[in-house]
Amino acid sequence: MSENKITKILDVKGLNCPLPILKTKKAINEIEVGEIIEVLATDPGSVNDFQAWIESTGHELVESAEENGIFRYLIKKTK
Amino acid sequence: MSEKKKKIAIIASKANLADAYPPFILASTAAAMDYEVSIFFTFFGLNLLKKKGLKKVKITPVGETAMPMPIPQIVGMLPGMTDMATAMMKNWMKKANVVSLEELRELSLEAGVKMIACQMTMDVMKVKREELIDEIEVGGAATFLQFASEADITLYI
Repeated sequence: MSENKITKILDVKGLNCPLPILKTKKAINEIEVGEIIEVLATDPGSVNDFQAWIESTGHELVESAEENGIFRYLIKKTK
Repeated sequence: MSEKKKKIAIIASKANLADAYPPFILASTAAAMDYEVSIFFTFFGLNLLKKKGLKKVKITPVGETAMPMPIPQIVGMLPGMTDMATAMMKNWMKKANVVSLEELRELSLEAGVKMIACQMTMDVMKVKREELIDEIEVGGAATFLQFASEADITLYI
């Protein structure tokens, strides 16, 4: 069902602002355009932060979900 | 996607714990958001560029009526209270997994944040270039204004 192949998983659980974003930026620099990174976070502020980061950088938020206090973001590198 | 990069210009003029974080948090995040970032460090803010300066960043309970641990202002003036409040605050920050200033400064530099030390402050406070970290530039008001005039966001902290 899902054609979203994940290239890399980034675990930023427990980390606070601004580290989830900084680490995601670093991680996305290390993958190729078209590849997808999965980010796992516990910072509730990350919901808005990732939305803003996506808008600013132009990468694609393929999926955003929350389960048992863990936020999961699938981000596709677009450039 | 060859749009012009957004720019943010920040002046960091203070070195209390509560004032030291925002420039580095915003700068590193802006860089992660593909902004071009410059921070101009002036007056007490210059301390944040010293090799050993971040260890001196403290929080003083005097004048800070919103401290989580309420102590009378007069008690806050007693010797050792600043160190005590600082230790307490740093402990809370650690428990909340807040990144250290050292790491934030490093991450900012790594992300390409440009840091400028104020020459005039260096002269006034007798700060030598070698006391400051290597990765910075030294400049004056004109250096900052040139960058700020093209910035989308300008902040004085």
